[in-house]
Amino acid sequence: MNMAAIIGRKLGMAQIFDQQGAVVPVTVVEAGPCPVLQVKTEETDGYRAIQLGWGAKKERRATRAEIGHARKAGLEAAPRVLREFPVAAPVSYQPGQQLTVDQFQPGERVKVTGTTKGRGFQGVVKRHGFRGRPGSHGHPKARNPGTMGPGTNPSRTIKGKKLPGQMGNAQQTIRNLRVERVDRERNLIFLRGAVPGARNSIVLIRK
Amino acid sequence: MDIIQRIQKEELKADLPDFAPGDTIRVNVRVREGDKERIQAFEGVCIARRGAGVSASFAVRKVSSGVGVERIFPLHSPTIESIKVVRQGHVRRAKLYYLRRLRGKASRIREKQS
Repeated sequence: MNMAAIIGRKLGMAQIFDQQGAVVPVTVVEAGPCPVLQVKTEETDGYRAIQLGWGAKKERRATRAEIGHARKAGLEAAPRVLREFPVAAPVSYQPGQQLTVDQFQPGERVKVTGTTKGRGFQGVVKRHGFRGRPGSHGHPKARNPGTMGPGTNPSRTIKGKKLPGQMGNAQQTIRNLRVERVDRERNLIFLRGAVPGARNSIVLIRK
Repeated sequence: MDIIQRIQKEELKADLPDFAPGDTIRVNVRVREGDKERIQAFEGVCIARRGAGVSASFAVRKVSSGVGVERIFPLHSPTIESIKVVRQGHVRRAKLYYLRRLRGKASRIREKQS
C-alpha cells in the first residue's frame, strides 16, 4: 500500500458532533483533487517520489515551462502549487492521475504540514515562553532573556541558546491528527484539532 | 455563504421546538447501555439558554426526591432524541438561577397566558 498524499487549502475550524454526541473540534481542509504531474523513479531521477499539483494558474501568469510541464501530464492549466511526496512505489502512479480525499478514511491518523502564521521578530517571552520578571515587589519590569550562560568558563554562549528572533512563518508538521470525516462530494477532509497556518493557506496531508 | 458556516449549519437540528427559560420541558435522551440504546426522559424547568449555532446549549433543572438536579445539554447534540414543551412559564429573567435557592411552593412558575 502506497502512502496517501494530498495538497489542500485550510478553510478554518469548526465543531462537529461524533456518534457518541461529543463535540469534536475540527479543522476543515479542502483537499484535491490533485493531479500527478510527474513520477520520479530511481532510474530517471535517483529517488522515488511523485509530484502533485493543486489549483490552476491563470494562463498569463504561468510560464511556458510550467504550462509545458502540465501539458505533459495531460492538464490544461498549470497548477498553482507543485509539491513532491516521497513514495515507496512511484510506478503505481500515472502522470495525469487524480488523487482525491478518498485516499483517507475516518479514524486514520495523518501528518499535516503547513506554514505557521508569521509573528515577526518576537522577544523571548512570547517566542520561547520565558517567564519575564515579576510585575511588582520592587522588580524592574522586564521581558529580557537574562543571562547568556556561565562566565569565564567556557567564555562563550552555548549554541542553541533561546533568544529573540523571527517567530512563525516557518514550516511545521503536526503528526497523529485523526481524520474525523471525509466529504468526497465537496473534497473536504475534517481533521481533529488544529493545523498550522492561517485560513486559506496551503497544507500537505500525508498518512 | 462562508463554507465553514455552511458546514456548521449542517450540524444543526431543524426539528427543535421553540422553548424559553421558564418552560417545563421533557428532554428525551439517548442512553447507551452496552450495545443497547434506549431513551430516557429528563423533565424539568429550562433555567437557561446560551450560545448560538452548534455550540448552543440549555440547562434543565428538576427536583428529584428532594435533591436538585441540573443537566446542561448541547442543543444540537445527537444524543437528544427530541424535546417536548410540557408547559410554558411566565418569567421575567433569561437565567433562572434564583430557583436554586427556592424550594416547593416558592419555586413555582406562573403559566404563560396566551
